[in-house]
This record gives sequence, structure tokens and C-alpha cells, in this order.
Amino acid sequence: MVVAAETVSATGIGPGFTRLAWVVAVLPLVSAALTLFFGKRTPGRGWIYGVTAMGAGFVISVLVLWHFVQGGSAVSSSVTWFTIGPLHVEAGQFVDGLTAIMLVVVTAVSLAVHVYSIGYMQGDVRFTWFYVVLSVFTAAMLDVVIADNLIQLLVGWEVMGLCSYLLIGHWWEEGINSNAAIKAFITTRIGDVPFMFGIFVLIAATGFHSANIQEVGELVGGADVSRGLVSVAALLLFGGTIGKSAQFPLHVWLPDAMQGPTPVSALIHAATMVAAGVYLVGRLYSVFLHAAPEVLRFVGVIGGITMFGAALLALVQDDIKRVLAYSTISQLAYMVMIMSVGPAGRDAAFFHLFTHAFFKALLFLGAGCVIHAVHSNDMSEMGGLWRRMPVTFWTFAVGSAALAGIPPLAGFWSKDELLVAGSKGHAVVFTLMLVTALVTAFYTARMVMQTFFGAYRGHGEPHEAPAVMTGPLVALAFGTITVGFLGAAVTRGVFFKWVFFEAPEPVTFVPWVATLSILAAGLGILAGWYVYRDQPEPDPVFQLGWLSSLLVNKFYLDEVYMHGIVLPVRDRVSAAVVWFDRNVVDGVVNGTARLTKDLAFGTDEFDRTVVDGAVNGVAQAAGFTGGLLRYLQSGNVQRYAAFLFVGVVVLAIVITRV
Amino acid sequence: MIRLPLVLFFSAVLFSTGVYGVLARRNAVLVLMSIELMLNAVNLNLVAFSQFWHDVTGQVFALFVIAVAAAEVGIGLAIVILIYRNRETINIDEVNLLKW
Repeated sequence: MVVAAETVSATGIGPGFTRLAWVVAVLPLVSAALTLFFGKRTPGRGWIYGVTAMGAGFVISVLVLWHFVQGGSAVSSSVTWFTIGPLHVEAGQFVDGLTAIMLVVVTAVSLAVHVYSIGYMQGDVRFTWFYVVLSVFTAAMLDVVIADNLIQLLVGWEVMGLCSYLLIGHWWEEGINSNAAIKAFITTRIGDVPFMFGIFVLIAATGFHSANIQEVGELVGGADVSRGLVSVAALLLFGGTIGKSAQFPLHVWLPDAMQGPTPVSALIHAATMVAAGVYLVGRLYSVFLHAAPEVLRFVGVIGGITMFGAALLALVQDDIKRVLAYSTISQLAYMVMIMSVGPAGRDAAFFHLFTHAFFKALLFLGAGCVIHAVHSNDMSEMGGLWRRMPVTFWTFAVGSAALAGIPPLAGFWSKDELLVAGSKGHAVVFTLMLVTALVTAFYTARMVMQTFFGAYRGHGEPHEAPAVMTGPLVALAFGTITVGFLGAAVTRGVFFKWVFFEAPEPVTFVPWVATLSILAAGLGILAGWYVYRDQPEPDPVFQLGWLSSLLVNKFYLDEVYMHGIVLPVRDRVSAAVVWFDRNVVDGVVNGTARLTKDLAFGTDEFDRTVVDGAVNGVAQAAGFTGGLLRYLQSGNVQRYAAFLFVGVVVLAIVITRV
Repeated sequence: MIRLPLVLFFSAVLFSTGVYGVLARRNAVLVLMSIELMLNAVNLNLVAFSQFWHDVTGQVFALFVIAVAAAEVGIGLAIVILIYRNRETINIDEVNLLKW
């Protein structure tokens, strides 16, 4: 992966246009400013800016992608940001196929969410503010995607964290929402701090030359670079991924983040921000490859635990958004885990990231329509909605089928690539992936059955969502159906000609893997349909004894954190800090004050007696001697003459004697 | 030819007389005159040694001293006259303003 010199592509979009990719990232920032300053005075309260910017950004992104479709090479440009000693940091863009794909994904999902929110957030007290933060978030995500150096990436990374916090707590009047926002912010921060230090270690390990991702990626392979330091850097960077992409053990914030408005969940907590962690590992893949092999093994283990654990947790959720949240964690963990098998896994992970963004955003927006209609998140208050909300149902069904991995939808093709990559790895990995696929299909079927089939158990009369909300659903469903073919063997996997690590990997269709995948998906869906065909009451997943209670309590992780970290910190550490503050810090401050006061008195005394005494003493001594000497100056000329004479005589005697 | 020691002795007597006059007399004019006596004692020495060594330098120097003494007496008497005009006295014990 060399920072390629520009090659002029044969026709159409050349590198000159691709050079303007940064405009995509700046557009939402402009729209955020416009919304902030003029939004409330604009008819419709300001959604127009964000939607326009996203639309333009999407068009530009597609044109940039077209450059790579035509076989163009990577383009980079930058300006000097700052220089510290030998470290030269630039701000700029690095656009390759992966960047272009990510630009398209982010702008597409963001556009869908912007349009959808017009309907979903209608009449909200902070409607305009919502659009401001949504745009800032999109700008930050695009910055992460397009950044050519680690420092710039970190800036976007942190701004995303802030926007996520603001949007989860959008309805902060309810304590549970603001608590969820704080939990998300602090939990991801626990990952962000190692991430920041990982950047520092990485820059230090490669000799303080550059923060440029491509240059660092090449430098880590150097002979004089300490493998140990690179391993430490990779582990610290992976800490950021664990936090941002909600991997075990920091995944606990994502389900709670569902307290935010549903479009936010779709944009941030499903399709884009949480994917940033996966993107980071893939972007810095050369660092992970040059680290000790244990690092990638660790990545795989974390991914594996999260993948299976989160899928199990999705089984017992009653809240439709929480099902999707755990499903998101599980799918992200697929990507993280498959990264550990090598470059082929990396590319497969990005393909899954690409398709997952479409169908998961679709599922969240569909869930938003349902919630909008029944005024509840609880699936036990839904049911039988497929007649009342046909558009939502059909699009949701497409998304669910994609999530479960039914051919020929996007999820099938990308999961197939994951499984093919996994089949080259350890047998345990492959088995775990298949079992997780089965569980995924089961909980997806359970969710669809409980929401759309059987008898309606809620209150009121639910209606189909307005066109402004169903429109994005249809568009995303279209994407869900089509984008899978980009990486499918039937189209010879053009996706992998755009997104590759060092060299494009040939796409192979392995029939037995695909058969197993379809089998797992089919079995899961059939089992789900069989168990939930007539809405059993109570839900069978809650009647599995200790297993159910283990899952309902989320493996007791929240309790462990609460009693192991939060409460001790609050009760013991905080008390100790208060004690320390009152006694030691205040003591030091007061002691300093008292010491200063005493010193001042001492100094005053010294000044009055010794210094003034010396000055006055000198004056008095001079006056006294002057008083004595003045008698010599009598004014009597003859006495002076006598002195003179005596003096001359003395001198004469002295001179003549000597 | 007068012998040198005799001249020097006379000159010393003259100088001592001058010194006594300067230190002891109250009258400013007499003080000035005593200064003249001292100067002329010096002149006498100069001329005497000039004669003794056959060197004219001493005589030239004596001439200078006479000229300077004339100027000194001129200025000195003028000061005395001014003092008299201001203080109506030339007793130098009473002219003691320049003191502490």
C-alpha cells in the first residue's frame, strides 16, 4: 500500500476530481453551521441544510468511487498542520477504494437518516439542534474516514464520541436517557484513552517521523522498529476499537445507547460510528500484522467472545431496539474477529461492514417506524403489524433476511465471505461463526414474529408511517438487495478490486461453506418461526432456568461494573479523594498561607529593625562624625594657615628624614 | 662677596617673621605684607643659590615670583577693600563666615 503517484485514469473522473473528496467531509460542517445559525428561522425548522449537504455529499462520494471503479489509484493531498521537532504532522486526505466505499456508506446512511428524521422528529422541542448535531457527527465520521494521519483521525474520533453523547441524551429530561448518555461517553472514553496513547506509542515506535497513516504503516515493517513497541501500540489502538465498536468487555454502553432517538441509533449506533473501530483496525492493519502474533490472536478472542455472547443476549431482549443493538455488537464482532485471520479476513470484514451498514440502518429505521406507530419499544406490545404497516413490514423483512443471511441479500454474500475467510482459520472459529449465524437467524425470526405476526397486543390503532419515513426504508431496502452482489462471486467480486490490503484477493465461492451458511440461517429462522408461530406466553426464552437469568442479567456484567467499579469508586475512592482534598490539599494550601503570613511578619520585623536600623545607623554615624569634624572648620583663616604650616613642616621633616 | 650661609640665615629669619605675621596678626593688610615677606625670603634664597651655582635659572624664577607676588597683592588688597566696605573691619578674626 504505497501512497500512489497519480495515474490518470482513462476516462471520466480523474484524480483531479477525487482530490476534492475532502469537500464531502466539509459539507456537513457547513450545513451544521447554517442549521445552527439560521435553522430556527427556516421553514421546516432547518432540516433542509443537512439533507441538501448529505445529498450533495452522496453524489460526490459516488463520483469519487467511480474513479476507483475505473481502476484509479489512491490519491492523497495534505497541508502542514504543525511540526514538533522531527515530527511533521499534516492535515489532509488519503482517498483509496476503502475511503471511497466508506464515504458512500456514511453519506448514504446519513442521507437516509436525515430524511427519515424529518418525519420521526417532527414537533420535537430540539428539532433544529438535533439536525445540527447529526450534521456535526457526519462531518466527524467523514473526517475519520478521509484522514491521512492519526492525529486528524483522533480529532474526528473524539468529536464522534461527543455527538454520540449529545444524541443519546437528546431527551435528557428523563434521567434514564441522560444516564445512558453518560454511560456511553465514559465507557467509550475508557477505550479512547488507550487509543490516544496507542497513537503516541506508534509514532514513537516509528521514530517520530510522521503521523501519516500510510507512512507509519510502511515504517512499522522496518528492521529498526521494535516489535514489542509495535505490539503495545496495536493493543492500545485496539482498546479504542473495543470502546468505540462496543466489543467485550466495553460493549455495555451500546444497548443503553438505544435510549436515544431511533434515527440516531440507526446512524451512529449501527451503521457508522461503531464501525469506526473496525475501520481503524483495517486501516492500520499493517501495524497489527507487524505486531506479535498474539495481538491478532487477542483481537480474534475478543471478537469471538463478543460475537457469540452478544448474539445470545439478543435472544432475551424485549425491547426491539435492544435486540438490534446486541445484533449490532455481534455483527461488529464478526468483523473484528475475522480481522485476526489475515488480509483476506480484513477485506471480508470491510465488505460485511459495507453491507451491514445498509441492512442495519434499514432495520433500525424500520423499528423506528414501528415504535412511532405503537408508542412503545416493547415487543410484547406489538404483533400483527404486517397488515397495518405493509411498507415497513416488507422492508423490515428484507433487512431481517439480510441479517439472518438469506440469499441473495447483502448479508448473505458478506457473511459468506466472512465464513470463507473463517474456514481458513481455526476450526473453533468457523464453528463459532456458524453457531452465531444460527442464533442470529433465530433471534431475527423471533423479533419479526413478535413484531409483525400474531395478534396485536398494544393500545390504539397503529398506522403506517408517512412517506418521508418509508422513503428511506425503501431506498435502504433496495441497497440491501443490491450491494451484496458487488462482492459476490457471481460478479467476480468487484468490491475486492476497490478494497484490498496490498493486493486484491481473488473471490472464491466455496459451495460447502455457502451450504452450511444457508443451512444455519434456514434452521434458525425455521426454529424461530416454530417457537413463536402462535405467540407463546410467557416467552420460552425466559423459561430456560439459570441460562435465562444469566442472559436477562446480561451475564451480570452491569452488576459487576456497578459493584466492582462504579460503587467502590463512588463510595470509597470518592470519599478518599474528598478526605485527601480536605486534609492534604487544603492543608497544603492553608499551610502555605500561614507560612507566608508568618514569613511576612518576620520580614516586616527584619525590615524595621535591621534594614532601617542599618540605614539610620549609617546616617547617625555620619552625622556624629560630621559633628565632631565641623569644629575643625572654624572659618578662621589663620588657623587654617597654621594647619597648613604644621602640615608643611611635618612633610618637610618626613621627606628630609626618609 | 657675601657668604651663602649668611644669606640663608637672613632669609630664614625673614621667612619666620613672615610666618609669624601670617599666623598672629589680626590686620588683613599686615597678613598680606607678611606673605610678601615670605615670598621675598624665597626670592632671596633663589637669588643666593643662583649666585652660588652660577646658574641664572634661580634669578629668572625670582623674577616670576615677584610678578606673581605683585598680582597677588593687587588681588589681595582689592579683596581687603571689599571686605572693609561690607563689614567695616579688616580684622580677619571677624571674617569667619565660611564655616559650619
